[in-house]
Amino acid sequence: MAYLTDRKRALGLGSAKTGTAHFWSMKVSSVALLILIPLFVFTFGPALGGTYEEILAYYSRPWPAIVAALTLVVGFKHFNDGVQTLIEDYVHGTANKVAIILMTCLSYGAAAIGVFAIARLAL
Amino acid sequence: MVQLTLPKNSRMTRGKTWPKPEGATNLKEFQIYRWNPDDGKNPSIDTYFVDMDSCGPMILDGLIKIKNEIDPTLTFRRSCREGICGSCAMNIDGINTLACTYGVAEVKGAVKIYPLPHMPVIKDLIPDLTHFYAQHASIQPWLETDTPAPAKEWKQSTDDREKLDGLYECIMCACCSTSCPSYWWNGDRYLGPAALLHAYRWIIDSRDEATGERLDDLEDPFKLYRCHTIMNCAKTCPKGLNPAQAIAQIKKLMVERTV
Repeated sequence: MAYLTDRKRALGLGSAKTGTAHFWSMKVSSVALLILIPLFVFTFGPALGGTYEEILAYYSRPWPAIVAALTLVVGFKHFNDGVQTLIEDYVHGTANKVAIILMTCLSYGAAAIGVFAIARLAL
Repeated sequence: MVQLTLPKNSRMTRGKTWPKPEGATNLKEFQIYRWNPDDGKNPSIDTYFVDMDSCGPMILDGLIKIKNEIDPTLTFRRSCREGICGSCAMNIDGINTLACTYGVAEVKGAVKIYPLPHMPVIKDLIPDLTHFYAQHASIQPWLETDTPAPAKEWKQSTDDREKLDGLYECIMCACCSTSCPSYWWNGDRYLGPAALLHAYRWIIDSRDEATGERLDDLEDPFKLYRCHTIMNCAKTCPKGLNPAQAIAQIKKLMVERTV
């Protein structure tokens, strides 16, 4: 218990002068996913259940490969930003920083693996 | 990690059941949260029976009757008894609302009354709102101008005055902020719906000249951006206001000056 005035406690460390970029980035990726997810579903759908050769031929075409890669990259960026907010809500202190770092590694790692897999198919 | 269960010393126990008034036929059961800081015991739920034939129609009437006729130790805030002072805000039948404007007849079964959620309790139904008020003061809820005050008055068009409708009516009862999960988990830093609604009231005021500074002060992942449009604030507001909309408007202005 520190002898802080109520006003000082309410002001804390002051405004971080940030947050809008994160908020706007979430909105932008949301709108992008609104377009990308249906495109991904409709390009991925026809390939479902195909043989290895058929899939290889299908994803060698630029359109399905680009849509899939973009969906993965934007999707995991959106996931990363969203889960960061979630962690900030519920986890405090050092665990907060550790969880955010782990989540960032996981998100970008998953996006990189996905893009690599698509590149292997496409190229 | 946030604490999702009540701490040991906050767990509620079954309290005293007070005798029913003699000869009464129209009884209503009140189950009320009791906690006394002086006796070292856990909070308890006391049961009272109120004769509604000799009681006013509102929850506050019931509480005053209990205090006057059954148990004078029952402690709660009240003042105006007409929904304008915000003193008697409490959790009634699972909703944060004002005891003076909530009818006993609106509650089916026993009337369950608790203090506003997730706030330190001073005694019984009285929460400690010190931090809540300090957060309100921190947004500087007054007119800020650089231009010297005019001899007569600051002028405002009818249209600009209308922008304050739905904002100026807030009575700072704290029902909204204490219903907000984001405020529960991060109330030390998140300003909460009430303070943000007041912040927007001054941001949107055509006479105020500190709009930029006000937005600067709010631009923070915790002060403003903990609002995830859960909408409990709008649902619970006893004055029918929509703090979530005010917060969304602040976010829109933040984007407007960035993008």
